[in-house]
Amino acid sequence: MAKYWHSVTLEPDYCNGCTHCLDGCPTEAIRIVNGKAKIIDERCIDCGECLKVCPYHAKGALSDSLDILKKFKYTVALPAISLYGQFSIGYDLNKVLNTFLHLGFDDVYDVGYAAEILSDYQKKVIKEDDKLHISTYCPAITRLIQIRYQDLIDNIVKLESPMEVAARLMRKKIMKEKNFKSEEIGIFYISQCPAKITSARVPIGIEKSCVDGSLAIDKLYTKIIKLYDEIEVEKDILKSSSKGYNWGRVGGQSFSMGIDNYIAVDGIAEVISVLDNIEMGKLPKLNFFEGYACVGGCVGGPLNVENSFVAKNRIRKLSQVAKEKNDIVLSDYPKEIIEWNQEIKGSDVMKLDNDFNKAIKKMAKIEKIFQKLPKINCGACGAPTCHAFAEDIVKGKTTIDKCVVLNNKKRRKTNESI
Amino acid sequence: MNSFITNNDGIVLKYVVGNDDFSIVGEVSSKIKNVLKQLNIDNKLIRRVSIATYEAEVNVAIHSLGGYIEVTITENEIKIKIRDNGPGIKDTKLAMEKGYSTASNKARELGFGAGMGLPNMKRCSDEFKIESKFGEYTELNMKFIK
Repeated sequence: MAKYWHSVTLEPDYCNGCTHCLDGCPTEAIRIVNGKAKIIDERCIDCGECLKVCPYHAKGALSDSLDILKKFKYTVALPAISLYGQFSIGYDLNKVLNTFLHLGFDDVYDVGYAAEILSDYQKKVIKEDDKLHISTYCPAITRLIQIRYQDLIDNIVKLESPMEVAARLMRKKIMKEKNFKSEEIGIFYISQCPAKITSARVPIGIEKSCVDGSLAIDKLYTKIIKLYDEIEVEKDILKSSSKGYNWGRVGGQSFSMGIDNYIAVDGIAEVISVLDNIEMGKLPKLNFFEGYACVGGCVGGPLNVENSFVAKNRIRKLSQVAKEKNDIVLSDYPKEIIEWNQEIKGSDVMKLDNDFNKAIKKMAKIEKIFQKLPKINCGACGAPTCHAFAEDIVKGKTTIDKCVVLNNKKRRKTNESI
Repeated sequence: MNSFITNNDGIVLKYVVGNDDFSIVGEVSSKIKNVLKQLNIDNKLIRRVSIATYEAEVNVAIHSLGGYIEVTITENEIKIKIRDNGPGIKDTKLAMEKGYSTASNKARELGFGAGMGLPNMKRCSDEFKIESKFGEYTELNMKFIK
């Protein structure tokens, strides 16, 4: 498999080369080249910020279609917890989950229940060591740390996501109870965001995900609401208690673990600001950090259909009327099901050079060029900032004559002299 | 960055730090941290430098009449010099004691002034020197060995 695969993708026909997406990218992963946005693979963390801001809908998320179900003999849907926030209060969520049986899936699993298992497991891990533990629930944040906050890699909680735990439990159960071979079973995440789709395809912390593919919530939504009116409930699928529902919104993990010494942050810019604070030692006694690229947490994922504040509010209401918790026996869930088994490596992409002396020389060159630039970060050259532009010049990826402001100045001078 | 000089050994960065504007405290330390990250310097070392420069920046903003932070990065070490324009410290030995603080109420309300700044800087650095002339200046010199 290729080293990089991203769900976030660009439809060149729709892109008109405007600079909206450049600004918000937290890893400066976008450049406009020949009038079209281009994503730098090794920098992209699939946070979906560009997707949200693109006024022409040129950015999309690669996901699977329902056709993929035909490839397997037995299929399971794992709807994201944020799906529960996409229906107004009064909808029977168990019936919503039952619609998946009519979409072609043979079974459905409530990921909220897997989140509850993880709440208890993670709490145990956190209580064992009072150092800072950083949640890996949002894969975009984990990738952000790999690129920009490598000194915090050791603080990452090396646990799987509810999606992965659910997939492992279901695969095992179906193989045992229904006698299917592993390759005959297709398990699909019904995703709220591109980062989850990417992490099912190219996971962090494990070699291969147990999830076979992902379908986007927004692509299935109209089918679900139509089926909802037509079908009868066949099965009891919904198991979530208040603890499970809460994983759909920011602060939910900490709530479900019942811990106090935590900080919950949503929105990629705010996450960056708080991680900066952590690096500077401003939060020395913090025990748990949960950060989400999207505003509101997973309910803010770009593949949801509902406004993130509305959906977050529904999750809050759902959790108020739900039972407090399920009785989970942690010994039923061995380490192999819950924990990561691979080392988390940092990425070198932000470094100028692995050789210190060469890096210094490059930095000096960048600085010299940067001083000549207008520093208004207009983006017309195709780079997000004048500094990123100077870096690109030194890396040989562009030339200074792409600076529109400098060119204008030059033209004005020539005109004056004529 | 207020100045950037390269010489044969490495680079010298100089940043002016103002006083009394708490909302921008941390900006200079952040910039220094990002430079170090680009230079492929060990993460644990970056962490120590970040914490120390942040504490220094807070001190300049709260206690001084403004000053500057100068970072010298060479192949084997990182040197940080912080010099302010006064008012200076009467008793540097007392200032180094954990918990000792002369911070204003305004600073304390923001969570500063716990008296841990200087001891923290000493703990993070490999060499630490403080020099002050009351009524004139305070100068800190820290060295971090790579």
